[in-house]
Amino acid sequence: MFFSESRIKEIEEIKKRYPEGRHKSALLPVLHLAQADHSWLSVDLMDEVARLLKLEPIEVYEVASFYTMFHLKPVGKYVIEVCRTGPCCNVGAEELIHHMEDKLGIRIGETTSDGLFTLKTVECLAACGTGPVLQIGPEYHYHENLTPEKFDQLISELRAKA
Amino acid sequence: MGKKILLEHVDVPGIQTLEVYRKMGGYQAVEKALKSMNPDEVVEEVKKSGLRGRGGAGFPTGMKWSFLDKKSDKPRYLVCNADESEPGTFKDRYLMQRIPHMLIEGMICSSFALGARTSYIYVRGEMMYVIRILEKAIAEAYAAGLLGKNILGSDYSLDLYVQPGGGAYICGEETALLESLEGKRGNPRNKPPFPAVWGLYGCPTVVNNVETIADVPWIINHGGDAYAAIGIGKSTGTKLISACGNIKKPGVYEIELGVPVEEFIYSDEYCGGITEGRKLKAVVAGGSSVPILPADLILTTANNEKRLMTYESLSDGGFVSGTMLGSGGFIVFDDRQCIVRNLWNFSRFYHHESCGQCSPCREGTGWMEKVLHRIEHGHGKMSDIDLLVDVAKKIEGKTICPLGEAAAWPVASAIRHFRAEFEEHVRNPDSCLKKHLHREAALAH
Ligand SMILES: Cc1cc2nc3c(=O)[nH]c(=O)nc-3n(C[C@H](O)[C@H](O)[C@H](O)COP(=O)(O)O)c2cc1C
Ligand code: SF4
Ligand code: FES
Repeated sequence: MFFSESRIKEIEEIKKRYPEGRHKSALLPVLHLAQADHSWLSVDLMDEVARLLKLEPIEVYEVASFYTMFHLKPVGKYVIEVCRTGPCCNVGAEELIHHMEDKLGIRIGETTSDGLFTLKTVECLAACGTGPVLQIGPEYHYHENLTPEKFDQLISELRAKA
Repeated sequence: MGKKILLEHVDVPGIQTLEVYRKMGGYQAVEKALKSMNPDEVVEEVKKSGLRGRGGAGFPTGMKWSFLDKKSDKPRYLVCNADESEPGTFKDRYLMQRIPHMLIEGMICSSFALGARTSYIYVRGEMMYVIRILEKAIAEAYAAGLLGKNILGSDYSLDLYVQPGGGAYICGEETALLESLEGKRGNPRNKPPFPAVWGLYGCPTVVNNVETIADVPWIINHGGDAYAAIGIGKSTGTKLISACGNIKKPGVYEIELGVPVEEFIYSDEYCGGITEGRKLKAVVAGGSSVPILPADLILTTANNEKRLMTYESLSDGGFVSGTMLGSGGFIVFDDRQCIVRNLWNFSRFYHHESCGQCSPCREGTGWMEKVLHRIEHGHGKMSDIDLLVDVAKKIEGKTICPLGEAAAWPVASAIRHFRAEFEEHVRNPDSCLKKHLHREAALAH
């Protein structure tokens, strides 16, 4: 079972947002729910989404692979996504990214060996006035005006929570 | 202090809630429109206001609305573009987060004007918490009879939904957004047909930016003429400017169109000047896609007139010596910033975000990124500079959607105004102001 009963109900509700026969529109919202429940989208999970929405599996794969938010490989418990776009780099994002890699002992795209953190870069998060900025999945909370010290503190808090 | 239309009540405690929003005069426009106006009258006021699309292109909103195919017996849709991903732009997120009901009120008024019975707000997926704020506000509006069947006892009914994106800059382009809303990859469509004729599910559709739609309630309450009286010439009303970079007070400012650029950068009411007493080097005035201008040309036009924050003044001089108001993403560079490195970063962005449908865009953005990478990292040749200009030129006008131009314009303008800095990078790679950042993997794909 990939989805709880209440999730299935939620998915049925989402389908009603669109006109008759246009339930394919529910695909992105449902993929977000699937990822929230399972942390990443395996082929089996995508097949289940296809079945629920009465789509061909390929319709799900081609969409999941187009959008950067969907993880097609396993990720750590916390996915840390730091903005690497120009305006953030003007206020120290590159220095911060180097620090993050050193602090966690991994490079961008990798997961720590304890399975706790995955480090990724993303493009402009529409928070350029409060950069450098990162977001942490699965909730996608923004952390703004970052410094190396604030990042270290954040990591300690997450480690304590895990 | 200039006139405030959108942000007047932004600091009122609890303005996120329906109760406080209504106390401050919210939803009067819905009442006025539904009870005392017909849809065409609303369109007429928006036409009179001179309001222009705030998403980037600045197309007159009233005119766009009047293109909607009224002869078709298919349903009509209004889709709000809340995909905000243009680097430097963060005004829509601010507005939705702080005053969500203003967008919802605008959606109701605009949907009524267009005859839409179902409307969607397409929010970029990364802003999950904004989506939750909007959904809560929508639920409040339903409970108060402001959405759903027979709104406020009228015979007008509307359903409003929030749709999340999945992380793709290209979905800000309106036809890619519609594809995405249909549950597909965000590949822009060939135009024509335009969305006004063939939009969501093949039905007549209007796509408007968050800020554009949020302006509509004020126009209904005060009339199109009152809106047109604010601003200068064809730049009517106010505009949200998101200012960032090396300034003392980054943030979102509502300006009356017409404020001098110099005042915007240096006065304490706005950006408060350059940080740490540094010197202004350059500005990208309207989001990463518009041409970059050096300090002298952003402050005064080539004819030595004070440059103003209007559509016309910012584009004065065309692409030779001007730029564009664009989305209002105002990025300021001080004299420590390296133009080459910055341009490489933007080129990397456009290459990453190209949907890959057209070869000039797909291949051209990758080529520009590669050449810029080698110049920035000390392996460039003098001929690379003209090669970049040539590649940019060959992308322009040859693609399905304007992302091609968005990638080409920054390259052409940076080289036009800062050629010496590129040449210096080739001659003397150690001259780079950001030499200490040359650690490869972090920003690579
Ligand atoms: C690559 C690309 C990205 C865009 N991104 C956005 C965006 O994030 N938000 C937006 O409102 N418009 C964006 N636009 C402009 C839209 O295509 C469209 O013109 C706009 O939503 C229309 O609304 P308006 O008339 O109210 O400005 C983008 C255009 C292009 C070509
Ligand atoms: S110009 Fe680029 S982004 Fe636009 S449709 Fe072509 S390949 Fe896609
Ligand atoms: S550039 Fe980082 S949030 Fe915009």
